[in-house]
Amino acid sequence: MPQLNLIEAVRSAMADAMAEDARVFVLGEDVGLKGGVFLATDGLLARFGPDRVVDMPIAEAGIVGMAIGASLHGLRPVAEIQFADYIHPAIDQILNEAARLRYRSNGDWHCPIVVRAPFGAGVHGALYHSQSTEALFTSTPGLKVVVPSTPYDAKGLLIAAIRDPDPVIVFEHKQLYRGVRGDVPEGTYTVPLGQAAVRRAGAQISLFTYGLMAHYSLEAAKVVADEGIDVEVIDLRTLYPLDQATILGSVRKTGKALIVHEDKLTGGVGGEISALIAEHAFEALDAPVRRLASPDVHAVAFSDVLEAHFMLNPQKIATAVRELAAY
Amino acid sequence: MAKRTNQPTTGAEPAGRDLSSENPQELQQYYAQMLLLRRFEERTSEMYTKAKIGGYCHLNLGEEATIVGLMAALTPADYIFTNYREHGYIIARGVAPGPVMAELFGKETGVSRGRGGSMHLFDATAHFMGGYAIVGGQLPLATGAAYALKYQGKPGVVVCQMGDATTNIGAWHESLNLAALWDLPVIFLVVNNGYGMGTTVDEGAAEPDLYKRGCAFRMHGERVDGTDVLAMRDATRRLRERAEQEKKPAILEAVSFRFRGHSVIDSDRYRDPEAVKQGRNANDPLPHFAHQLVLAGVVDDAWLKATASRIDQEVQEAIDFAEHSPNPKIEDLFDYMYATPVPNTPGRAEAAIIAQNAQGGR
Repeated sequence: MPQLNLIEAVRSAMADAMAEDARVFVLGEDVGLKGGVFLATDGLLARFGPDRVVDMPIAEAGIVGMAIGASLHGLRPVAEIQFADYIHPAIDQILNEAARLRYRSNGDWHCPIVVRAPFGAGVHGALYHSQSTEALFTSTPGLKVVVPSTPYDAKGLLIAAIRDPDPVIVFEHKQLYRGVRGDVPEGTYTVPLGQAAVRRAGAQISLFTYGLMAHYSLEAAKVVADEGIDVEVIDLRTLYPLDQATILGSVRKTGKALIVHEDKLTGGVGGEISALIAEHAFEALDAPVRRLASPDVHAVAFSDVLEAHFMLNPQKIATAVRELAAY
Repeated sequence: MAKRTNQPTTGAEPAGRDLSSENPQELQQYYAQMLLLRRFEERTSEMYTKAKIGGYCHLNLGEEATIVGLMAALTPADYIFTNYREHGYIIARGVAPGPVMAELFGKETGVSRGRGGSMHLFDATAHFMGGYAIVGGQLPLATGAAYALKYQGKPGVVVCQMGDATTNIGAWHESLNLAALWDLPVIFLVVNNGYGMGTTVDEGAAEPDLYKRGCAFRMHGERVDGTDVLAMRDATRRLRERAEQEKKPAILEAVSFRFRGHSVIDSDRYRDPEAVKQGRNANDPLPHFAHQLVLAGVVDDAWLKATASRIDQEVQEAIDFAEHSPNPKIEDLFDYMYATPVPNTPGRAEAAIIAQNAQGGR
């Protein structure tokens, strides 16, 4: 089986989905000749031509809006937003239009678009090239929100998103693009939306996370395992809808929950998971639910030292695990 | 989509132009400033390669005449908003190269105290209202600043700089409409270097003569050779006066050639290397202007040599300043989030405790 990094897996997903289904096309800034700023669409223009690999002007509302219109009329657009930080001009189109077309048309119309956007800090991107913007979308019903952490999932989730009849926003962590490799099958396959993955089974603490933090959390779990702390690491993969059964099932088993995400603490996905656990698994808890997230400052100050302080890392996660274990 | 190539040309001004009406000291100053921007960016690129600078970094190489000509025409009362390719703008506006380089290094002594980096330079006293990393982010802001000037009866105009591809985003159309509707003193400066990252102007704009794109708003527009510092200065002066006296906004399209990839890490593989080389040679504002000055007897080889060595020294001092400056303090991370502390953004004391507790880091 080919070993791909995450960006290659994303590219492979789009190529295979396009080869399989003529309705699928990609659009975005510099996705054609340049092959995308992170090279996600490299080679697609040569293979599929300019009608299916569409270079767009810098106009994010137009990119997503055009994708929505095309999806309403039978196509399966995959729109690339160059950085998650640039998605804001398109937010009106995503939240106000894409998310509610099925509902407002009483099911007559649907909006099967995919919007892909690289996110995340730790690359010296400073204030407008580092953000985690997922919470803006997980608070809007009608959308599905996906964050892969492995190459296998990146391809399988993206193909599932393309085939899904509703709008799906896929956030890909920039550091993972070339930071992880793994087995990726050739041809199309899917990883179902809405299902978390237990990356490491454990008995004492449930750790819920996603994206780059899934890797950091596994590293941390390994470190504390040597100290006798047995952590279950659950990669959420889909942030909306949440895999409630897996989340609650794990907490009922371990009695302790830690949520780790790179997004800011306040209003992040961790708050939603905390509430879910408090409402439905309160009696199983042996300790307060804990969240470890980025501080409530703009992601992220440019300076190396401020960025390093802002970012979570395996050591910080291990510390939080130890504190919770000791409770 | 067929690729068209009607990119306007630069370098039309003959070498032997008549400079007798010009102040020689000013001409020398223009040249020295252009050279300063050139060396600053070349050394910035070098510092990036040496990992002294990280992140995303865009250079003004090839735009020196545009920048110096623009700033020569502005007054201290004017305000400047730019995009993220702005190192040269803040320096030519009069901010010392040291704090600018220090910002690129992420140091406490930087113009944005290490919070912003390359794309988010800011200096309120210089009326330099920031580099904006989101394409089009600065346009509505500049329009609002022009509204405030007019509302308060203050002198000065607003210059809103942007790249060619910004003329395709919604904020462009919204801002131009308002500026024209309300007769605001703002100049929309479009730096047309031929490419929005890897997409040519023709491929992104249905009207690739960008200075004409104000016609829907009945807004005046002109195109100037952005590699000609005097043409740029004169055009800015004209439009500036018009904006200030008659409160008439305008588009100024300055044409130049992007010497390198979109950013320092862009491999530029969508352009033919030979064409890029030729483009650089044909559109380099520095040797062209130096040649004009020598022919006109304004400078000689000895002056050019002495100036080059002075500028080299000045840029080296900026690098030394940046290198030896302290990093920002972690306990200051929450500063400037709000005017007064709010419960979920710790004050300095709590932040210090958090910093102490945080293990790991780099």
